[in-house]
Amino acid sequence: MVNTKVNLCGIELDNPVIPASGTFGFGYEFAELYDINCLGTFSFKGTTKDPRFGNPTPRIAECERGMINAVGLQNPGVEKVISEELPKLAKCFSKPVMANVSGFSLEEYAYTCEKLDKEEQVGWLEVNISCPNVHGGGMSFGTSPEAAAEVTKAVKAVTTKPVIIKLSPNVTDIVAIAKACEEAGADGLSLINTLLGMRIDLKTGKPVIANKMGGFSGPAIKPVGLRMVYQVSSAVNIPVVGMGGVESAEDVIEYIMAGATAVEVGAANLVNPYVCKEIIDDLPAVMAKYGIKNLNDIKGSAHNG
Amino acid sequence: MNRGIYKIVSNKPLTKDIYEMKLDGETSHITAPGQFLNILLDGFYLRRPISICDYDEKTVTIIYKVVGHGTDAMAKLPEGAELDILCGLGNGFDTAICGKKTVLIGGGVGVPPMYNLCKKLIAEGKEVAVILGFNTKDEIFYEEEFKALGAKVYVSTVDGSYGTKGFVTDVLKDLEYDYFCTCGPMPMFRAIEKIAATSGQYSFEERMGCGFGACMGCSCKTKYGYKRICRDGPVLEREEIIW
Repeated sequence: MVNTKVNLCGIELDNPVIPASGTFGFGYEFAELYDINCLGTFSFKGTTKDPRFGNPTPRIAECERGMINAVGLQNPGVEKVISEELPKLAKCFSKPVMANVSGFSLEEYAYTCEKLDKEEQVGWLEVNISCPNVHGGGMSFGTSPEAAAEVTKAVKAVTTKPVIIKLSPNVTDIVAIAKACEEAGADGLSLINTLLGMRIDLKTGKPVIANKMGGFSGPAIKPVGLRMVYQVSSAVNIPVVGMGGVESAEDVIEYIMAGATAVEVGAANLVNPYVCKEIIDDLPAVMAKYGIKNLNDIKGSAHNG
Repeated sequence: MNRGIYKIVSNKPLTKDIYEMKLDGETSHITAPGQFLNILLDGFYLRRPISICDYDEKTVTIIYKVVGHGTDAMAKLPEGAELDILCGLGNGFDTAICGKKTVLIGGGVGVPPMYNLCKKLIAEGKEVAVILGFNTKDEIFYEEEFKALGAKVYVSTVDGSYGTKGFVTDVLKDLEYDYFCTCGPMPMFRAIEKIAATSGQYSFEERMGCGFGACMGCSCKTKYGYKRICRDGPVLEREEIIW
């Protein structure tokens, strides 16, 4: 018998598999397909203070072994998430859920996190700091250690639950940003968010997506995610949630070996809606294949020797 | 929605770049005409959403146009090949609110979903007229198939090489009808919207990520809030559409 349980910031997960924000809605589209209580947890659709329609379409472009999206954080706003989405979610998911939050100012982050922190089913707050700071000339909070630390402090000051800061890979030194978040009080880190990319339509000579650029995800980015999880997990003492191109139980094990405590699955959910259930079903056999009895035994094995 | 393995029974060209593919597999999740399939192809990351043309207990027919690398790869697939498909996606045409004299308007590769809709409406005892719009005679497909269903069929070609010269609206303007359903390109939709005399339903196309409502890749604004073309559509009612 293998043990797939992991502990993420004080909350035990049955397994380390977590659908990533923006690829799993608020869970109920997937609950029609399988019992989503098999998941470790899931990170729900990025929520902001105010409702957002997001970017114009097309928002999606295909790439080799991946995709680019520029959805633009479409969500009904935190009030409706609490009054409409969370009650629906509670009917199909009985475990603590990860609340993913975005903002365009420190005040917005704090406002949204404070509201969601009070919701019983919210187990963790995952704070996406890849958004542009409207008061900072549009620079993403996630691209400077100072700004990342400010968001962390602002959120920690008004919340009680574990705060996981989701880091952008579009930076020169992700370790410096990770350390700044840890020093500012973050309880965990998740990485990587999508890589900034674009595609151009040869027939029109114009970008495929209306927003021109978007976030590149999918199996093509897995080596980048692994490298950054490896670097960050060796530099901080808080749990790291790894993601980027995960689509199999082998990928989950690889991220844990790189230093991740748990693993998020993103784009793969859009191609195969059953992928997380399949990964969870496969995990014990794949662990046994590699002689792994307990995931905690292999965590960060890549760092040793 | 069902995810299953579907076997290609036939895959043949109807015109220079329009192909008809028949697939054997589970069809019980198809609940309305106008729904679509999402097809996974070797070597391509995202699935290809293709509207359902017709189906019975064990076979589903799709008609697609070769427009890029993915559909080009589809056109080369042999009989007997097996495909991973999500079947019965989207909110299709609602025949219950169609009229006694419904006109169906298909433009180019927007023609296929009209076929099963036409079959359903005729089975419900409604009088159906069909307008098929193409650029030129060589592009025409399924005219005889629609006639065989018992519909009154009109064809328009932009160059006048067959049927009425001009656009589908050049036929529509002289017809008597109490409801319409349509699928085709946006310029055709805008032309229909200008002259349509009744309520109707439009089936939209959009670049999709997942095809089942998770990613918000294909959202649009309607008079009743934001909708996802893949899940809440692709069929929207005339009254809710913001042009």
